[in-house]
Amino acid sequence: MKVRAQIGKVLNLDKCIGCHTCSVTCKNVWTSREGMEYAWFNNVESKPGIGYPKDWENQDRWNGGWVRTPTGSIRPRMGGKWRLLAKIFANPDLPEIDDYYEPFTFDYGHLQSAGESKAFPTARPRSLISGQRMEKIEGGPNWEEILGGEFSKRSADYNFEGVQKEIYGQFENTFMMYLPRLCEHCLNPTCVAACPSGSIYKREEDGIVLIDQEKCRGWRMCVSGCPYKKIYFNWKTGKSEKCIFCYPRIEAGEPTVCSETCVGRIRYLGVMLYDADRIEEAASAEHVEDLYQAQLDIFLDPNDPAVIEQARKDGVPEAWLEAARRSPVWKMAMEWKVAFPLHPEYRTLPMVWYVPPLSPISSAASAGKISARNGMPDVRSLRIPVRYLANLLTAGKEAPVVDALERMLAMRGYMRAKTVDGVVAADMAHEVGLTPAQIEEMYHVMAIANYEDRFVIPTGHREDAEDMYDEKGGCGFSFGNGCSGGSNETNLFGAPARKKLQTPTEVF
Amino acid sequence: MADFVHHLLFGIYPYIALAVLAVGSVIRYDREPYSWRAGSSQLLRRKQLIVGSVLFHLGVLLIFAGHVVGLLTPIAIFDALGISHGAKQLLAIVAGGFAGVAGIVGATLLIHRRFFDPRIRAASSFADNMIILLLWAQLALGLATIPLSLQHLDGHEMVKFMNWAQGIFTFRSGAADQIADVALVFKLHLFLGLTILFLFPFTRLVHMLSAPVRYVWRPGYQVVRSRKLAR
Repeated sequence: MKVRAQIGKVLNLDKCIGCHTCSVTCKNVWTSREGMEYAWFNNVESKPGIGYPKDWENQDRWNGGWVRTPTGSIRPRMGGKWRLLAKIFANPDLPEIDDYYEPFTFDYGHLQSAGESKAFPTARPRSLISGQRMEKIEGGPNWEEILGGEFSKRSADYNFEGVQKEIYGQFENTFMMYLPRLCEHCLNPTCVAACPSGSIYKREEDGIVLIDQEKCRGWRMCVSGCPYKKIYFNWKTGKSEKCIFCYPRIEAGEPTVCSETCVGRIRYLGVMLYDADRIEEAASAEHVEDLYQAQLDIFLDPNDPAVIEQARKDGVPEAWLEAARRSPVWKMAMEWKVAFPLHPEYRTLPMVWYVPPLSPISSAASAGKISARNGMPDVRSLRIPVRYLANLLTAGKEAPVVDALERMLAMRGYMRAKTVDGVVAADMAHEVGLTPAQIEEMYHVMAIANYEDRFVIPTGHREDAEDMYDEKGGCGFSFGNGCSGGSNETNLFGAPARKKLQTPTEVF
Repeated sequence: MADFVHHLLFGIYPYIALAVLAVGSVIRYDREPYSWRAGSSQLLRRKQLIVGSVLFHLGVLLIFAGHVVGLLTPIAIFDALGISHGAKQLLAIVAGGFAGVAGIVGATLLIHRRFFDPRIRAASSFADNMIILLLWAQLALGLATIPLSLQHLDGHEMVKFMNWAQGIFTFRSGAADQIADVALVFKLHLFLGLTILFLFPFTRLVHMLSAPVRYVWRPGYQVVRSRKLAR
C-alpha cells in the first residue's frame, strides 16, 4: 500500500442551473489570451448533445483513453509507444479547431466610427485567428445551449447507447440536463502516458495534473490521448495547455475559481486518499462496468488506523489526513454513494465526480401510472432515462445510479416529512439503506451546502517546495525565463518591438 | 579573389555556421525553453498537412541520415567493407532521389498551405515562412545535382565531398581545396546547407534536437513529480 492524497471534486448536477458562471470566471482568469480564445478549461454542456468539442465522447473517432489488451494490461487507445510516435508528423486523431469552433470577435469599433446612415451600424463578426470577416459563425463553446439545434444532430450523443432515443425527440418526452466539464485530474491519465516529451505530470502532493510549459514541445499527442478533450493546443505558442485546477489557490487552501464562483453551490472539493500501488490493477479491470467499483476499491478510508499509519510513513501531512476525514467528496462518493466518475470506461480513473440529476416525472407516468413506492416515485419514471445517466457515469451499469437517485428522493421525502409534517420518517431512510442521521447530514452537505462544508482544502506545504529565502524579491508567476518574461520591450536595435503574446501576468 | 571567396565560403563559413548552431541552440535551450517547440499548425488546418508533413519529414530525415553517414563515414571503412565508390554513389542517387522527391512534394504542399491558407498565414512568423522556403530550395538544389552525378558514376566527385566534410570536422586546413573544381550547383547546395545550419537555432528547426526517442524506454506510462525539494 502506498498512500497518496488528491484534491477531488464533486459536481452536484441536481443543482446545476446552467448559468456558465464557472466557465466565464475561469476563462477570464486563465484563457483570455491569443491562441487560447477557443479553449475553455471549464465548459458547460446541455445534454443530450454532442458537446464541445463536437462529438468528444466518440472514442472510435478520437481514440482517447485506454484499452485493455487481450493479455490483461492496458495501453493508450491511440496505440503503444511506437504506434504513438509514428503519429508524430501528422496526428490522425487530432481535432481541428473547427471541431471546437473558430474563435471570433465583433467589430465593435465600427459602432462608434460608422458614418451617418439610414440603418443602424452593426458589429459584424471577425475571426480571431486569421483576422478575416466571418460571414457566418458556425459554432461556439455552447452551441447546443438549452437543447438548441435539431434533435437529429443532438441525438448523436454517445450516451443514448442502448436507449430507444426516438421518443425523446418528441416535445412531450424531451429531457435536459447540464454537464459542466473540466479536467478530471485522473489517477491514470492518458495525456501523461501519451506525452512523448514527459512534460505532463501528476503532482504527488495533491494529484493535480500539470503540463510543464518549458518541457512541452508541442507534439500534441496529449490532445488526442485525453478522452475528455480537456487539453488544448495553444496555436500561438505551439504548446498544450490544460486546466491547472487553480493550483495557486488550492495551495493556499482556497477553492478553484469555478468552485468559488458557482452560484448554484454545486461544487465540492475535498481530499481523497488512495492506494497508488493499485492504480494499474483498478484501471485494467476486465469489464468496463466494473471500473466504477474498482475505483471505489482503491480509495482508502481516512478513519482506518492502518491507512493513517501508512499515510504518515508516505509523507501525507497531518492536516491532509484531518481534511480527508472531513472530505465532502469522501462522503458523497463513498458513504452515500451518490457521486460517480464521468465515463469510467475510459479507464483513466477520473477524480471529478458527478451527482446525477433528478428530473420531473415523465408525462406518461404523470398521466396516471406512477409506480410509487413508499410515497416516492420510481426513479425509472423520471424524465431522464436511467440508462442515459448510467452510460454517462457508470459505463452503463444502472443499479448504482438507481440507488443514488432513490437516496436523493428519500432525502427530499424525509426532509419534507420532517419540516412540513414534523414527522421523522425513519423508514424512508432505512428503505434506501441509510440512517436518519446520515440523511440529515446529506441534506446539510448537499442541500444547504455551506461554504465550509463544500470546501475542505488543506493548504499546501510551501516550505517543502521552496526555500523562502530565495524567493525574497522574486517576481512570482511569469512566462519565459525568470523575471524577464520571455520577451523584450525593444528589438535588437532599440526600437519598440511588436508585441506578440500577452501573458496572464500582464493581464493582471 | 575567387579563391578567397571559395575559401571563405567553404573553409571558414562552415565553422561559423556550426559554431552558431551549437552555441545558439544551447543558449536558446537554456534561456528560452518556452520558445522551444515543434510549432505544429495541424490544429488550425488539417487539410494538406497529413500527406505533406509525413512525406516531408520522412524524406528529409532519410536524406539527413544519408548525408551524415555518407559524408562523415571515413572512406577507409567503405573500402574495408568492400563497397566501391561507384556503388555507394549509386545508392546515394537512388535512395536520395526517392527521398528527395518525397521531401519536395511534401514541402510543396506545406508551402502552399502556409502561404495560401489564411489561418496558417496569419499564424506564421517570418522565420516559419523563410525556413520552409529555404528547405524547399535546398531540396530542389539537391535533386538538381542528380543529373550531374549521373554523368560520373565512378564516385570520385562524391569522394571530394567526403574529404571536404571530414576535413572540416577534423580541422584540416586545406578542406575547402578538395571541392574547388566541383560544379556550381553543388557549391550552391553546400552553401545553402551551411546557411540552414546557421539559421537552425533561430527557427522552429530546433525541435529536431528534442526528437522524443527517450519516450520509447521511459519506464511505464505515468509521470509523477513531487514538489518537495531534493535535500
